[in-house]
Amino acid sequence: MIETAVNNAETGLSTADRHFVYRKVIERVAWTGMVVCVLITVSLLWVILGYVIYRGGAAFSWEFLTTLPQPAGEAGGGIANALIGSGFIVGLATLMAVPISLGAAIFVNEFPSGRLGASVRFLAEVLTGVPSIVVGLFGYALVVQPTGQFSGLSGAVAYAFIMVPIILISTQEALRLVPTDLREASLALGVPKWRTILWVVLPVSSRALLTGVLLAVARALGEAAPMLFTAFGNPFWNLDVRKPMATVPHLIYTYATGPYEDWHNKAWAASFVLVTVVLVTSLLARAALRNKSDD
Amino acid sequence: MTEEKQAIDSRHEDVVPTSGRAMSSPIYEKEPKKAVVKESEETLLVVEGLNVFYGKIKVIHNISVSIQARKVTAIIGPSGCGKSTFIRCLNRMHEVTPGGRVEGKVLLDGEELYGPTVDPVQVRRRIGMVFQKPNPFPTMSVYDNVAAGFKLNGTRDRRVIEEKVEKSLKMAALWEEVKDALHKPGTSLSGGQQQRLCIARALAVEPEVLLMDEPCSALDPIATAKIEELIRELKETVTIVIVTHNMQQAARVSDYTAFFYLGELVEFNVTSKIFTTPEKRQTEDYITGRFG
Repeated sequence: MIETAVNNAETGLSTADRHFVYRKVIERVAWTGMVVCVLITVSLLWVILGYVIYRGGAAFSWEFLTTLPQPAGEAGGGIANALIGSGFIVGLATLMAVPISLGAAIFVNEFPSGRLGASVRFLAEVLTGVPSIVVGLFGYALVVQPTGQFSGLSGAVAYAFIMVPIILISTQEALRLVPTDLREASLALGVPKWRTILWVVLPVSSRALLTGVLLAVARALGEAAPMLFTAFGNPFWNLDVRKPMATVPHLIYTYATGPYEDWHNKAWAASFVLVTVVLVTSLLARAALRNKSDD
Repeated sequence: MTEEKQAIDSRHEDVVPTSGRAMSSPIYEKEPKKAVVKESEETLLVVEGLNVFYGKIKVIHNISVSIQARKVTAIIGPSGCGKSTFIRCLNRMHEVTPGGRVEGKVLLDGEELYGPTVDPVQVRRRIGMVFQKPNPFPTMSVYDNVAAGFKLNGTRDRRVIEEKVEKSLKMAALWEEVKDALHKPGTSLSGGQQQRLCIARALAVEPEVLLMDEPCSALDPIATAKIEELIRELKETVTIVIVTHNMQQAARVSDYTAFFYLGELVEFNVTSKIFTTPEKRQTEDYITGRFG
């Protein structure tokens, strides 16, 4: 101790002390760096949200939600047809995607056989990575070309392709978490396997299943690219799946790339609506999952 | 009151094996084998040459045993000796495990359970099972849990269901505790109640045999005492095979005891014989706590 004191008196700092200060400085720098990274990540969401609200909120009105688009150059008008179209096409896509992905997930998880599970899972993961524009082209080739017409149906098929792997993966995960005990308890009662799956396994994982579906819906709602060659867009009311239909993300694309200032504002307002809908859907999905952990 | 009785019982049982050990082995080796399994008793379940595999690993080696109707048969042995695997073969639950395979014969009332035309679902309706950990269906109420078995099997009549639920809960000695909470979730009950709920659920299907795989290992002594009392009542109507780690429990509740070691049946006899004058050295060593 005396020695350290002497050292301090001579040089001001001992080697150990200097090393300590150095480490403190490094710690500060690293800490600050990480905080900056976190701030950027978090603020990205808020910047996007804030800007969409700022630009979109200005052009938004109740009328915007309830009226049809006006011809270019005329003031007023809204996106009512695109809202209904989006809801309709995504709804139809959900009806197609849920049974397919649920059936596949049940088969893979409840009837495990060697490498099948792992390979299906891998394929589903690859499928989620397929660019949505390619999915759109596929929808075009699969439905539009044979029928010779852009249609809401082809849009729904394209969206379903996006939704299937998402629901498949989340469902399989949910089913995997159902304890084996419960399946055995049911089987040991002499309950056939299919009833065990329907009455015991699926109810236990129902909330997680709902979450998966909602996340897939949220994802599809925001996709514009698959609609370019399928639903195509339509400035009028249309609830006929065999004819072109308007969707919100596709309308945003059209308006944002158009030449009119009014269109740009409308694109922002539509973005505002779309972001709100997607956000609410995602929050619902979270809420469904949270309730489960409360039980 | 019950606990006191139990405590005395177990103290008594603690003493018994020691007196058995005091006897020199030549004396009980002279006793005729299997003399105690009286032919006059009704044999319900016969196991012949049972070999059980997990994938390529053989875990049970050539076990043959006869289980008497309306008696309690306990299966004891150290961990990993194949007790649980063995009883899972009796209601064809072993084959549910990936890689599970069974060779040999199991006859229920003379009927081959592993016959090519036998539906495992039908076997499981006749041979029920209670698991180590209480596992009521979490999405169902107490009532629905008990009703699950026969309801999932297609019984629709409400009155019949209500009667069966009440009867099963009474048989499982749970009715008084839950009759006002029938529509609460099954998982809201205490551990011991949940296990009795699982017993009620198994009984509701009216099985001939009830397999119990260490039913008390997750329970406290009071809940354990209740289950044991229940087992003694149930054997009036149901044949019970119970796997247990607890030798006192085997001594208290069972009529017959089978000692398993490393996937083989070392000794099978009436319980009092096993715990006082076992024929095999290994059995004696195990019940006196020298290994296991």
